[in-house]
Amino acid sequence: MSDHHPTGITRWLYTTNHKDIGSMYLWFSFIMFLIGGAMAMVIRAELYQPGLQFVQPEFFNQMTTMHGLIMVFGAVMPSMVGLANWLIPMMIGAPDMALPRMNNWSFWILPFAFTLLLSSFLMEGGAPNFGWTFYAPLSTTYGPPSTDFFILGVHMMGISSIMGAINVIVTVFNMRAPGMTLMKMPLFVWTWLITAFLLIMVMPVLAGTVTMMLTDRHFGTSFFDAAGGGDPVMFQHIFWFFGHPEVYIMILPAFGVVSEIIPAFSRKKLFGYSSMVYATASIALLSFIVWAHHMFAVGMPVAGELFFMIATMLIAVPTGVKVFNWVATMWQGSLTFETPMLFSIAFVILFTIGGFSGVMLAMAPVDFQYHDTYFVVAHFHYVLFPGAIFGTTAAVYYWLPKWTGKMYNETSGKIHFWLSMIFVNLTFFPMHFSGLAGMPRRIPDYNMMFADFNMWASIGAFGLGLTQVYFLVTIIMAIRGGKKADEKQWDGATGLEWDALPSPAPYHTFSTPPKVD
Amino acid sequence: MAIRRKLIAGIASSLSIMLSGAVQAVAEMNMRPGVTETSIEAYELHMLVVWVMVAISFVVFGAMFYSFIFHRKSKHPTPATFSHSTKMEIIWTTIPVLILIYLTIPAVSLLIKMEDASDPEMSIQITGSQWKWHYKYMDQDIEFFSNLATPREQFEDFNADGQTKGENYLLEVDNEMVIPINTKVRFLVTAEDVIHSWWVPEIAVKKDAIPGFINETWTNIPTPGTYRGQCTELCGKDHGFMPIVVKAVSKENFAKWVASKDAERLAAEEAAAVAVAASWDLDKLMALGKTAYDAKCAMCHQVDGSGVAGAFPALKGSVIATGPVAAHMTMVVDGSTGGMQAFGKQLSDAELAAVITYERNAWGNNTGDTVTPADIQAFKAGN
Amino acid sequence: MTEQVQKDENKKLILRLIAVIGGMFLFAFALVPLYNVFCDITGINGKTRGQALYEKVKIDKERIITVEFLTNINRGMPWEFKSMVKSIEVHPGELNEVRFYAKNRSKFDIIGQSVPSVSPGEAALYLNKTECFCFDQQRLNAGEEIEMPMKFYLDTDIPEDITRLTLSYQLFNITESVNIEAVATK
Repeated sequence: MSDHHPTGITRWLYTTNHKDIGSMYLWFSFIMFLIGGAMAMVIRAELYQPGLQFVQPEFFNQMTTMHGLIMVFGAVMPSMVGLANWLIPMMIGAPDMALPRMNNWSFWILPFAFTLLLSSFLMEGGAPNFGWTFYAPLSTTYGPPSTDFFILGVHMMGISSIMGAINVIVTVFNMRAPGMTLMKMPLFVWTWLITAFLLIMVMPVLAGTVTMMLTDRHFGTSFFDAAGGGDPVMFQHIFWFFGHPEVYIMILPAFGVVSEIIPAFSRKKLFGYSSMVYATASIALLSFIVWAHHMFAVGMPVAGELFFMIATMLIAVPTGVKVFNWVATMWQGSLTFETPMLFSIAFVILFTIGGFSGVMLAMAPVDFQYHDTYFVVAHFHYVLFPGAIFGTTAAVYYWLPKWTGKMYNETSGKIHFWLSMIFVNLTFFPMHFSGLAGMPRRIPDYNMMFADFNMWASIGAFGLGLTQVYFLVTIIMAIRGGKKADEKQWDGATGLEWDALPSPAPYHTFSTPPKVD
Repeated sequence: MAIRRKLIAGIASSLSIMLSGAVQAVAEMNMRPGVTETSIEAYELHMLVVWVMVAISFVVFGAMFYSFIFHRKSKHPTPATFSHSTKMEIIWTTIPVLILIYLTIPAVSLLIKMEDASDPEMSIQITGSQWKWHYKYMDQDIEFFSNLATPREQFEDFNADGQTKGENYLLEVDNEMVIPINTKVRFLVTAEDVIHSWWVPEIAVKKDAIPGFINETWTNIPTPGTYRGQCTELCGKDHGFMPIVVKAVSKENFAKWVASKDAERLAAEEAAAVAVAASWDLDKLMALGKTAYDAKCAMCHQVDGSGVAGAFPALKGSVIATGPVAAHMTMVVDGSTGGMQAFGKQLSDAELAAVITYERNAWGNNTGDTVTPADIQAFKAGN
Repeated sequence: MTEQVQKDENKKLILRLIAVIGGMFLFAFALVPLYNVFCDITGINGKTRGQALYEKVKIDKERIITVEFLTNINRGMPWEFKSMVKSIEVHPGELNEVRFYAKNRSKFDIIGQSVPSVSPGEAALYLNKTECFCFDQQRLNAGEEIEMPMKFYLDTDIPEDITRLTLSYQLFNITESVNIEAVATK
C-alpha cells in the first residue's frame, strides 16, 4: 500500500518524505509566526499611547529586533520552503525531492537555530537589540554579549536555507516527469526556482557578513571599524547586497501562489505565462543592483544616488507587468470568491499599494523625508503581511484539501479573511500617516501628534493577532473533522496535483512518473 | 426669512468648521511642506507621486472591481479563453516606463539641488553621540551639547504616574541650535560612537552621522521659527530620546545670541575658577554629586548604582569606582570605546568632581576619597 | 533515466551549486577590497589615499581653495587633539604644511589612530598627502604632547566647482587592539 508510513516521533525525526517535511516546515513557521507576533503585540502595546507603560527602551529594542528576525527568517522563509516541499514534487510529477536526507537536515537545523536565538533573552544584557539590519558599529563594538549567539543562529538558518535552495534547484532540473518542460511548469515552481537561485547567491553573502562581524568582535579584524581602516558604511553595502534580494526571496513564491489560485477561481488560463516568467526573472536580476536605495542618507555622491534611484524605479516595470497579468487573468473570467481567491485578490490589491509606496521611497530626494520613518514600516509591512503572509495563507486554504483530504469550513475561512483584511489595513495604513507626520521608526515613545495613528495601529494589531489564532482554530477544525474533500476540490484548478492524484495525496506519489503532454 | 438666513449661516459656519477640521486632519496625515525651498519642492514632488499613484490605482483597481462585478460566475458563466496579447503586454510595459521617466525628471533636478552644499555662509559641525547632539559653530567660537529637555517624570508611566505631557513632549531640548535666516548654513555631520541620523522634517534635511566619516548637507531657512526633528537611525537604548531643535532667527537676533553665548562661556569659566578656589568637603561634594548623578548617570547605572546586567555595569562595589582614582576620572571624563560615554565636556568641573566623589562613597563604596574641581582641572590639563 | 544516472546528474549539479555558494561566500569578503578600490576611484566615501609623492607641477595661481581642518575625538580617547589652524587658503599644485597638536592627558600610555575623511567626497581624489600622522599609529606616553605635521597638495585638475573642502580627522583609541610593545620596538 502506497500510503504506508512510519508512526511515532521517529517518523518526524527521521523522515525524508517531502510531505512530512513540508508539514513540519509549515507548522514550525506558524509557531514562529505566533512568537514573532507576540513580540509585535508587546511593541504595539507599548506604542498604544505616549509614555512608557510596559517595557523599558532597551527591552523595546530587543522586541523590534527579534520580531524582525523571527518573522523574516523563522516565519516567512520556512513557510515558503514548506510550500515548496509539499508542492514542487507533486507539481512536476516527481516522487520526492531530489535530496531527501538533506531535506531532513535542512529542516531540523531550524528549531535549534531559533532556540539558540530565543535563548539569548535569558542572557545577561538580553537579546540582540540593534534591529534586524544589525548595522555596525552598534552590533559590533557596541553589541551585547548575545550578539555571538545571534551570529551562530544566522549561520545555522543560512545553512538551512541554502540546503533547501539546492534541493529545489536539483529537484526542478533533474526530477521533472517526462514531457514536463521548463516552460510547462506551473508558475509556482518557476518562482521558487528563481527564489532558490537568489538564495544560493545571497545567503552566502549574509554568512560572510556575520563572519566578518564575528572576527571584528573577537579576532582583532576591523572590517567595519573606522579605527582600523574599516568602514561602517561598507557594512550597509554588504548587508543590503544580501538584504534587497532577500525581500524578493520572501515575496516571489507568494507571486507563484497567487498565479496558481487566480486562474483557478477565474476558470481561465493565467494571462501571459511566459511574460510572468520573464518578469519574475528580471525582478530577481534587478534586485542585485538596487541595494543602496536603503542608504540614500549615508552620504553617497549624487551619481550613486541617481543610479540606485533609477534602477529601483525600473523594478516597478516587471512588477507592474505581473499585476496587469493577474488583472487580465480575471478579466472576462468566471469568478467565484472562495477563501483562497479572497486572500489572493487582497494580495494583489494590498501588494500593489505596498508597491506604490515602494516607488515613492525609491525617489531619493523625497526619500530623505521618508527614510527610517513609519512610512517605511508601513511600506514593508504592506508587502510582507498582505504580500508574503496572505500568499501563504491563500496557499494553505487552496491546497489543504489536497494535503489532508479535508475541507475547511468556508464560513470560517471567510471570517478569517474579512477580519484579516480589516485589521491588516487598520494596523498598517495609519503608519503611512505617522511616518509622513515625522515619526521615526524603532522608537518606544513619541510626541502626542502621532498618538491617534498609533492608537489605531495598536488596536488593529491586537485584532490582527487574535485573527491569526482564529486561523489556527479553523485549520485544526478542518484537519480534525472537516468534510471530505474531492479529488479536484476546485473546478477551475489545473496541474498534476489536482488532475493525477486523489485527495488526500498518498504518502508516496508518482513513484512511476505521470505522463505530461 | 430671518430663520432661514440664520439656518444657512449656521450650516455654513458649521460646514466651514468641519471643512477646516478636515483640512487640519489631512494636514496632520500628510508630509509637511516645511519652510525651505528644497523642503517645499520635496513636498510637491511627494504630492505629484501620490496623485500619479492614485490615478494608476483607479485604473488598475477599477478594472479589477469591474471584473469582480461583471465577470463573476453568476453573471458570466462561460469564461473567455484568451491567455495572452502581445499588444496589451507592450502597452502596459511602455506606459509605466513613460510614467517613471515623467517622475524621474523633477526628482533628478531636486536631488542635484539638495546635494549642492557649495558656497555656504556659515558652517556648523554636528556630532551625534549616545544619546545627544553636539553642535560646534565653526565660524563663531561656540559649541554645546543639546540634550532632551523633557523630564523623565513625563515619560516614565509604568504605574500610571506619568505627569501631563507638554506640547513638545520628547521634541524639546535644553540648548537649541540657533541659526540666522536667509543664510546658507552648511552642516558637517559626524558621530563619536555609533551611527545616528540628523533629521528635521520641516527643512528636509536628513543625513547619517557616521563615526570616522564626515558628511555634508545644508539648509537655508527663509522664515524665523522653531523646527523640531529626531534621530532617525537606531543608535541604542535612548534612540527615541535624542530630539533636534533648530531655531531660525533674524540676523540681528543671531548676533545677539552669539554675544549671549560668549557671555555664558565667560561666566562658566568664572564659575569654574570660583569652584576651584572654593573649599569642598565630602558632604558638599556628595550633595552636588547626587543631584548630578541622578540627572545624568542614573538612566543607565540606575539610582542605586546597580546598573543593568550585561549592558550597563554596576557601580556599587565596582573595580572602577573603588579602585585607583585616575582610572575612575578617565572613565568619567573620556569614556571608553564601546562602552561609557565621555562626560568631560558635558558637565562642569565641579559636577564631575562631585559625581566621582559620590560614586566612590555612595551605596557602601565607602572609599573615603574626595575629588575636588581643582583635581579635575589638573586632570584635564594632563598634569 | 535510471537511478544511477539520476544520482550522477544530481551530484554534478550539487557540486556546481556548492561552487556558486562558496564563490558567493568569498565574494562577500572580496567586496571589502573591491569596495575600497571602488571608493578610491570614485571618492565615494571621502577616504583619502595613502602617501603621495610631490611632483613639481605648475601651480595654478588663479584658483584659491579653502581647506578646513576638523578634529574629532572618539569616545574613550583621553587625548587633546586639534589642528593649529582652522583653515588655510591654497592654490592647486602648491605644497602646504599644517600642524596638529596632540596631548595624552591621561596617566596611561595610549596608542591613537587618526582616521581622515574628506567632504565633499569627490575632493578626496584630488587631495594628496605627502606626509601625515594618519599614515601611522601614534603612541603617546602618559602626559606626553606632540606636534604633528601634515603636508599635502591639491591636484591642479580639481573640478572647478570645488571651492572649499573639509578635511576631518577622527582620533580613535586603539591601545587595546594593538600590542603596545609591538609598536614600541618598531
